[in-house]
Parts: sequence; structure tokens; C-alpha cells
Amino acid sequence: MNSVKIEIPSEPAAKLTVEKALLEALQKHSYAEKDIFAVRLATEEAVVNAIRHGNKLDSQKKVVVNFSVTDGRVTVVVCDQGEGFDPAGVPDPTDPRFLEAPSGRGLMLMRAYMDEVIFNEEGNEVTMIKTRSK
Amino acid sequence: METRSERLFLEPRGDVTIVSFMDKKILDEANIQEIGDELVQLVTKDHRIKLLLNFENVEYLSSAALGKLISLHKRVREQNGELKLCSIRPEIYEVFKITKLNLLFEIYDDEELALKTFKGSG
Repeated sequence: MNSVKIEIPSEPAAKLTVEKALLEALQKHSYAEKDIFAVRLATEEAVVNAIRHGNKLDSQKKVVVNFSVTDGRVTVVVCDQGEGFDPAGVPDPTDPRFLEAPSGRGLMLMRAYMDEVIFNEEGNEVTMIKTRSK
Repeated sequence: METRSERLFLEPRGDVTIVSFMDKKILDEANIQEIGDELVQLVTKDHRIKLLLNFENVEYLSSAALGKLISLHKRVREQNGELKLCSIRPEIYEVFKITKLNLLFEIYDDEELALKTFKGSG
């Protein structure tokens, strides 16, 4: 399996390094546009969450992204050096009370676009899996 | 008169300003801050309070962009203006649907349909 590891600093623009490598791998394996859109969006949300909420933009901390792309499926693991969080404690952004909140939609999009989204117990590492669309 | 910036293309139509995005993946983290600021300035500085955002060129956006659109929506509402969206391609519309923001924003299939719905038009 062809696995790629990328370490980025805790700056929002650094996510582009991950995006570029991931897009290349997805295109190489001829994934459909809608799969590429899904994986790209979920990964961006996970990486931005790791940078902003996990590492709190601390320049001393890194985000590590591991991904593997095969003909059948894509696995992306995003790990930060923050304290972790409880995904169950994140409010539902579609609740009318939160519909106009400017943030809080990343996790929901990750779950909507990937087949599996699994956090480690600590809550500072997420594994996302998407199977190629038929 | 049409106006361009690096990121936005503005076309006045009566008292409505149609705003198109110059970049296909406008709304990504790298330039979202600037785009968000430019959009808000249209309302607060230029006092353009009837805005139609045309998403025709937009192939990608993430939740950071949704946050900016929500902030813009609030600014427009504070000024008793109107904000509408149009020409959103299906995969982008899906993002609005998942987050239920299709219920918050007025979204139309194309410019002409959207323009008819502004107050005082037609």
C-alpha cells in the first residue's frame, strides 16, 4: 500500500501542502470528481480543525497527516498535538439555535462526505475512510 | 459600471449588485479571509445592501466559506438589505443542504430568477 506522511506547521495555509499531495494521489488512481470533492473537503475540515482547535495555532505544534490511496479506497489520518476533544460534545450545527453560528460545521461535513470517521479515545486523532463510489 | 478586484467581479443591475467570484476555488482557507473582508466592505463601506452572489464559477468551498457567508448575511440584515445566492452547482448546493444553510439563504437557479425577487424590482 502506498502511504504518504506529511507533517505541517499549525498555520491555516499549510493545509494546501496536504491538499496538493492528496489530489495528485486521487487523480493518479482515477477517482471520480465527486469522490475527490468529498475527500478534499473532509480532509480540509479535519486539518483546519487540527490546526485551529487542536493545536490552537501554536507554532511549536505540528499536525501530522497520513494518507493512503488505493484503487478501492482512501484512508486519511489527521493527528494534532492538542489536548483532544469529545466529538459527542459538539453541538449539532443544523439545530435552529446554531444555524447562524459562523463555525462548527466541519465535523458534520466530514461525517457526511466520508464513509467512516473515527476518533481515537483522546480525541486528537481522526481516521477517515472513503470507499470508491460505484 | 462593472468593477473588478482580484477576487470579485461586481456588476450593478438597478440597485442590486451582482457579485461573481473570480477564482474557481474561491472559498478556501488561503484566501477566504480576504474574500470575506471584501464582501463585508461592499455592505459597510460601499453601502451596497442588495447583493446577489453568483456561484457559477465556484467549484469548491468548505465550512470556512459558509462562515463568511453567514457573517455577510448578518451585516446585510442589519442594514435592512437583501442577500441572495444563485447558480450554485449541485455538488456545492449539497454542502448547503447538509448544513441546512439552504434554509437560511435564499437560493435561486439563475441570475434572472433571483433578480426578480428583490424588493422594488419588476
